[in-house]
Amino acid sequence: MGIDISRFQDTFFEESREGLDLMESRLLELDVKQTDTETLNEIFRAAHSIKGGAGTFGFSAITDFTHSLETLLDRVRAGELPPSDDLVSTLLEAVDITRGLLAAARGDADIDAAAVAAAHEKLNHWQGGATAAPGPAVEPAQDAASPRGWRIGFEPDAEIFASGNEPLRLLRELASLGELDVQADIDRLPDLEDIDPERCYLSWRLRLEGDVSEAEVRDVFAWVEDECRLTVEPIEPQVAPAADSSSAEPASPAAAAPTTRPRPAPEQRSLRVSVDKIDALMNLVGELVITQEMLQQQGSGLDPVRDEVMLNGLSQLHLNTRRLQEAVMATRMVPVDFLFSRLPRLVHDLANKLGKQVTLETVGEGTELDRGVIEKLTDPLNHIVRNSLDHGLEGPEARRAAGKPETGTLTLTASHEGGHIVIVIQDDGRGLDRDRILAKARERGLPLGNDMSDAEVCQLIFAPGFSTAAAVSDVSGRGVGMDVVRQNIQSLNGQVEVTSVAGRGTRVAIRLPLTLAILDGMSVAVGRETYIVPLHSVVESLQPGATEIRRLTGSAHVARVRGEFVPIVPLGDLFGGRPWASNPADGILVVVESGGRRTVLLVDELVGQQQVVIKNLEANYKRISGIAGATILGDGRVALILDIGELVLVSSQAAAA
Amino acid sequence: MSKILAVDDSTSMRQMIAYTLKESGYEVEEAEDGEAGLEKAKSQQFSLVLADVNMPRMDGITMVGRLRGMDQYKFTPLLILTTETGDDKKQQGKAAGATGWITKPFDPDQLINVVKRVLA
Repeated sequence: MGIDISRFQDTFFEESREGLDLMESRLLELDVKQTDTETLNEIFRAAHSIKGGAGTFGFSAITDFTHSLETLLDRVRAGELPPSDDLVSTLLEAVDITRGLLAAARGDADIDAAAVAAAHEKLNHWQGGATAAPGPAVEPAQDAASPRGWRIGFEPDAEIFASGNEPLRLLRELASLGELDVQADIDRLPDLEDIDPERCYLSWRLRLEGDVSEAEVRDVFAWVEDECRLTVEPIEPQVAPAADSSSAEPASPAAAAPTTRPRPAPEQRSLRVSVDKIDALMNLVGELVITQEMLQQQGSGLDPVRDEVMLNGLSQLHLNTRRLQEAVMATRMVPVDFLFSRLPRLVHDLANKLGKQVTLETVGEGTELDRGVIEKLTDPLNHIVRNSLDHGLEGPEARRAAGKPETGTLTLTASHEGGHIVIVIQDDGRGLDRDRILAKARERGLPLGNDMSDAEVCQLIFAPGFSTAAAVSDVSGRGVGMDVVRQNIQSLNGQVEVTSVAGRGTRVAIRLPLTLAILDGMSVAVGRETYIVPLHSVVESLQPGATEIRRLTGSAHVARVRGEFVPIVPLGDLFGGRPWASNPADGILVVVESGGRRTVLLVDELVGQQQVVIKNLEANYKRISGIAGATILGDGRVALILDIGELVLVSSQAAAA
Repeated sequence: MSKILAVDDSTSMRQMIAYTLKESGYEVEEAEDGEAGLEKAKSQQFSLVLADVNMPRMDGITMVGRLRGMDQYKFTPLLILTTETGDDKKQQGKAAGATGWITKPFDPDQLINVVKRVLA
């Protein structure tokens, strides 16, 4: 889930400061000849809390250091190490060092690495040289050849329920690891009148198939190890056990000698990696893609016969680069369930508040989406769901009167479509009211066409400041809603679309790219520069010859596109300082759309479509109006990615002026 | 709606846990040590209790033991929050009646995963 815990960092810094102050004053009070257990416990707890918080918030330097501090304090409070003035000054010094590390984590100071290392060394010295944090426990290596699965015997103690454990949960967890076949053994089940419902009489024979390690299987039972009899046996290993299996005879002299040889850690199902590292990896892959494309372009001039090997290599490079890119992107993917799982509560509370009956159904929770996208999708999705409950779904009486079941249904569906993910929020409510939308739009002074189609009317709800709710409700807010929803989704390079059938319901579909790092673009040439237009905002392109162009005041022009006059943005004029082409018939008109508004870009030439890796311009240069970012083309040149939303906004304001 | 009691003497941990769980749709009550936790747990029924181990006044393991002895928490999942190195704490916790443990440090996703599985 897109849960950002950094907001609690300040609390952590604050409580750590208090903890260190307390440690300091207690250490200063400490009478080394007659120590008081509670004082030592207090000092220990302070260090322990700082270590825990630092681990949670990812400040590994603090975690490492306070781990040693905590270990030392643990020995002191256990009476293994008598307090002395020397020890107290080491501990006081450690308090100061921890303060410094916290200041560095806050970004207020630099780390004095030498001082930290020296103090760390001192702490370890007190423990008789016992050094840094022990790594995860290394268990005996599993057979290198993974078996097809495991035969598991699970016989819980009769009292297992009394620890709050539930065999069903364990079975469910196993089933999430692979294909699970369950056989319950009911031999111990007494007659009905003798059954004590607080005792467990069942045991199970399970067969779990899949690429699962023994450690993973045993992990599932970690909490109940002492409350059950558990056997885990491999099913038909396909290859002989590895040479270093502890029970096996040494297969070679090399395997016989080193009992100290580090063994592979048990396979883990997940690994915590900071998002920064993944972003750095992503960035490097982006660079690799650019290099690869550059080579690819250079390779187009090679002779297919003479340079066959080189060309094959290039094509392999292309393939592997794409695979690598996909694999790295996959590490950022999280199931959309992280987004959906928070909605039942929202729907429940809102339905109660509004006196409505609503069933929420979700489909495709396992669909994966970039973490960054999920984070930014939370608010829009909440808003749409609120709207549905507030405006779309009717109360029980109204539904009964309309011949519908009293309980309304809200369905959320996530699915993949090509390189996109589509999230659909559908209700079976009253649908959008065409007449009310039109009336409201008129009242708000929104531009209305004649004979607007239902689809066009639906689009009006995305207009800024539009709201049809008769009274502003505290549920859906003040009508800033759908406008902001659309902006948020467009900022993710996505699209949102509403369709509705009166009396039958409303359907909002959000279409998003799988990742924020790559964009499908149309490259256009303007003078010697190439610009990238995000493909999802391109409507069509036109030959100007076939189009009527009119001049407004000053240098503003409009083009007639399908019966409507649309402002023209001459890109050369805007970015290149090149005056408006005296003969616009020389260029090509690209019709783009954003926020329901259209604009025509005048460019010299359409170059082609390609996927581009988005580079942040602000981070590398500064923000430029009308530019969303930059990318590097196959030939090494930089191309700017246009911010269509901004261009459309500016041009329509200019045209209106 | 599942109600969860989060007991930890560290404010930032408590906030992080409460926020994470609330975001997932759970109702959360907080207590800053074992004694406060016990008081809260007596006055209302929780479906799950998360307890830090090291706390002033009353530690988490003692609290878990007391809760398990109460009729209203006889079968309720009670989890202790402990560090990787706290193997003995895990055992002490289990002996006191804990259902299981969550290893610190954990991130929001790991927390939700465990809670969801336990309350499924």
